[in-house]
Amino acid sequence: MLGKLTLSAIPYDVPILVGTFIGAAIAGLAVVGLITYYGKWGYLWREWLTSVDHKRIGVMYIVVALVALFRGFADAIMMRSQLALAYAGNPGYLPPHHYDQIFSAHGTIMIFFMAVAFMQGLMNIVVPLQIGARDVAFPFVNTLSFWMTTISFLLVNVSLFIGEFSQCGWLAYPPLSEQQFSPGVGVDYYIWAVQLSGVGTLLTGVNFFATIVKMRAPGMTYMRMPVFTWTIFCTTVLIMVAFPILTVAMGLLGLDRYLGMHFFTNDGGGNQMLYLSVIWGWGHPEVYILVLPAFGAFSEITQTFSRKPLFGYKTMVYATASIMVLSLVVWVHHFFTMGAGPNVNAFFGIMTMIIAVPTGVKIFNWLFTMYKGRIDFHATMYWVIGFMITFSIGGMTGVMLAIPASDFVLHNSLFVIAHFHNVIIGGVYFGYVAAMNFWFPKAFGFKLNEAWGKRAFWFWFVGFYVAFMPLYVLGFEGMTRRMNHYDNPEWHPWLLIAEVGAVLIACGIVCQLTQLYVSIRDRNLAENRDLTGDPWNARTLEWSTSSPPPFYNFAILPEVHELDAFAHDKEAGIDTRQAGGNYQPIHMPKNTACGFLIGAFSFVMGFGAIWYIWWLAAVGLIGVIATVIARSSDNDVDYYVPVSEVARIEQEHTHNLMAAQAAE
Amino acid sequence: MAQNMTADAAHAHDEHHESPVVFGFWLYLMTDCIIFGTLFAVFAVLRDQFAGGPTGHEVFELSGVGIETAILLFSSITYGFGMIAAHENKVSTMRTWLGVTFLLGLGFLFMEIREFSHMIAEGNGPDRSAFLSAFFTLVGTHGLHVTCGLLWMAVLLFQTAGKTELNERMIGKLTCLSLFWHFLDIVWICVFTFVYLMSVI
Repeated sequence: MLGKLTLSAIPYDVPILVGTFIGAAIAGLAVVGLITYYGKWGYLWREWLTSVDHKRIGVMYIVVALVALFRGFADAIMMRSQLALAYAGNPGYLPPHHYDQIFSAHGTIMIFFMAVAFMQGLMNIVVPLQIGARDVAFPFVNTLSFWMTTISFLLVNVSLFIGEFSQCGWLAYPPLSEQQFSPGVGVDYYIWAVQLSGVGTLLTGVNFFATIVKMRAPGMTYMRMPVFTWTIFCTTVLIMVAFPILTVAMGLLGLDRYLGMHFFTNDGGGNQMLYLSVIWGWGHPEVYILVLPAFGAFSEITQTFSRKPLFGYKTMVYATASIMVLSLVVWVHHFFTMGAGPNVNAFFGIMTMIIAVPTGVKIFNWLFTMYKGRIDFHATMYWVIGFMITFSIGGMTGVMLAIPASDFVLHNSLFVIAHFHNVIIGGVYFGYVAAMNFWFPKAFGFKLNEAWGKRAFWFWFVGFYVAFMPLYVLGFEGMTRRMNHYDNPEWHPWLLIAEVGAVLIACGIVCQLTQLYVSIRDRNLAENRDLTGDPWNARTLEWSTSSPPPFYNFAILPEVHELDAFAHDKEAGIDTRQAGGNYQPIHMPKNTACGFLIGAFSFVMGFGAIWYIWWLAAVGLIGVIATVIARSSDNDVDYYVPVSEVARIEQEHTHNLMAAQAAE
Repeated sequence: MAQNMTADAAHAHDEHHESPVVFGFWLYLMTDCIIFGTLFAVFAVLRDQFAGGPTGHEVFELSGVGIETAILLFSSITYGFGMIAAHENKVSTMRTWLGVTFLLGLGFLFMEIREFSHMIAEGNGPDRSAFLSAFFTLVGTHGLHVTCGLLWMAVLLFQTAGKTELNERMIGKLTCLSLFWHFLDIVWICVFTFVYLMSVI
């Protein structure tokens, strides 16, 4: 009846987990209590959870990403503390069984639920506004994508308190992840969480590609698209190419485990290197899926705060597209030591090094944009400059790893860990935080506090170097990754320094939370409100509407005549923000609970399959199919916003705008 | 309240943009194509890993597979007739052709399940060897797609029951399923060639 699930699956004998559970339960009850106290359940359900508005879905994605960041960081600081302690006979406080789950969860959460969710949140908030559209191509699919990601993250967190998580690292290499060596439910949690969230991300890729191709404002040719939109465009192509490969990898590993097949097993003719090739066929494009949007955000921020158009728009576009293509032919550099032979390794090594060329072009473009610009050293700009320094170092260590001969020495060592944190924190994370600071006023109508933003930056920037430079050294000294304890006295001081770095990064996260709190508290102060919709004097269309934008984004769809349409309008003295145009009724999609329901049923299906509770999995699957059919049969999916409503909202904005201009 | 005013079929897409549904579905099909491409690659790697079990030559019966192929190809033609009728707004003719396509698809699926159960009964199931794992997964994934297509077809038959004309949204759905059905045909031709024929020669 309950499959493998018994009372012994609840880890009440592990104090850390009991403490976490109590903490999570108290926080959860507090949130539920507050929502109930203020009577906000109806509002939350109607306006957010069932919303098809891309801006609200984007905000929810970023909320999920921030929660994932805290969970992933908690794992990180536990690992660093274990390694600071577990030296010379001291076993530390985390037994291997628990420690292995923590590093597996850290990687899985940070990539799939922090970075990917954050990226989708940013593209949701920005892209439709930036191309002058009223929504995405498929608003219902958008809410479905969000819920698939969210319930998958929930599955990972359920594994904390019911059963266990995978102990096989963030990519679950076989044969360790096969039933023979991992008979528990940990790997099954991993497979279902990754598989279900992958569906969501794939649909986002299809949705935003179609949006960018089909929904651009009149006159916006491809070479007039803002750079951020260009990077998202390339990212969606990579999502569509790479995520199906992930689906296959997870599917085959699942078939091995559930039906006893022999794709990657030791016996029966299975081949583990096939798994590596397939999973990295997704995994390498994935890092560019994450970093290209960050490059786009840096481009928008640099040109805005340098008060100059971006240097080399066309080369930026071509560089982005080259990276997109090259990222598909480098995956073997993750396993040079496989023994594919010198010719294969040389090909993939050279291809990897070539990627540094378009990336270098981008770095120089940003530098030349800043050159002779009137740079405003806003908190957002701090992250950009921090990125350029950090990412360049990470890129160089990447080129070192791309040399097959040196990779044979450094493979699987902490050098690799230092390298990819160097590019993912320095590139992806700095980029997303910069983007959040930059577009926050657009989403909410008030700015984030700058002083706390700068403090967060300095803690993160310094903390990053203190935490990860020692890992380069440890890699050279031969320390391998995923080690639980050690007795080499040379390593110990470096691991203590790395622990200090992790604490500094923790301070950075506290500063970011404080920044959010202070900004929300002071949101009504005149200097924080964004009444004009254009707080930074920026260049692209999203700043031409109010902050936050009306749910239909633009009362009259903008006409685009050249690159940086909004800057062009401002220079020509055209104010598109004044009300009183010739409004038409606006066609909009209706909110729907179907995305939420499909997500909820998928969760039930995944949970049932993880625990071999087959009737429950069947209930989930039938629920998913029934909801899809019900949605397909629903003809009441859209409506028209009447002209009077549009005029009222626009009048209000014009009123605010004139008040703000008078105050200047 | 104007909020409840439902857009009728004539206004079912934004004035400035054509409906992106068929384009979006085509994109989805390309991602599906990558799933099949990856499965073909996996099959290519594992096709000689018999682990002491039977080879393709020993387990495949080409005559049955030939009939399956003919049925599936023919069902693409009948779906095409259905689409012609749909574009002429002949709802009942369209439904008849869709019904024929449905039965042909069901026949294909029946033969495939019979082939699979026959192999499993002889001890040549997917857990026998890596070759058979790859075979069952590739062909089974195609079969799963056909099953989804049949379910979809049944839903569309149900939704068009009693209708005298088809609105733009329904034409869009029929077009998407049409793309899906022909796509499955193309995949099957690759399966027939690379899995069955090349294992037997």
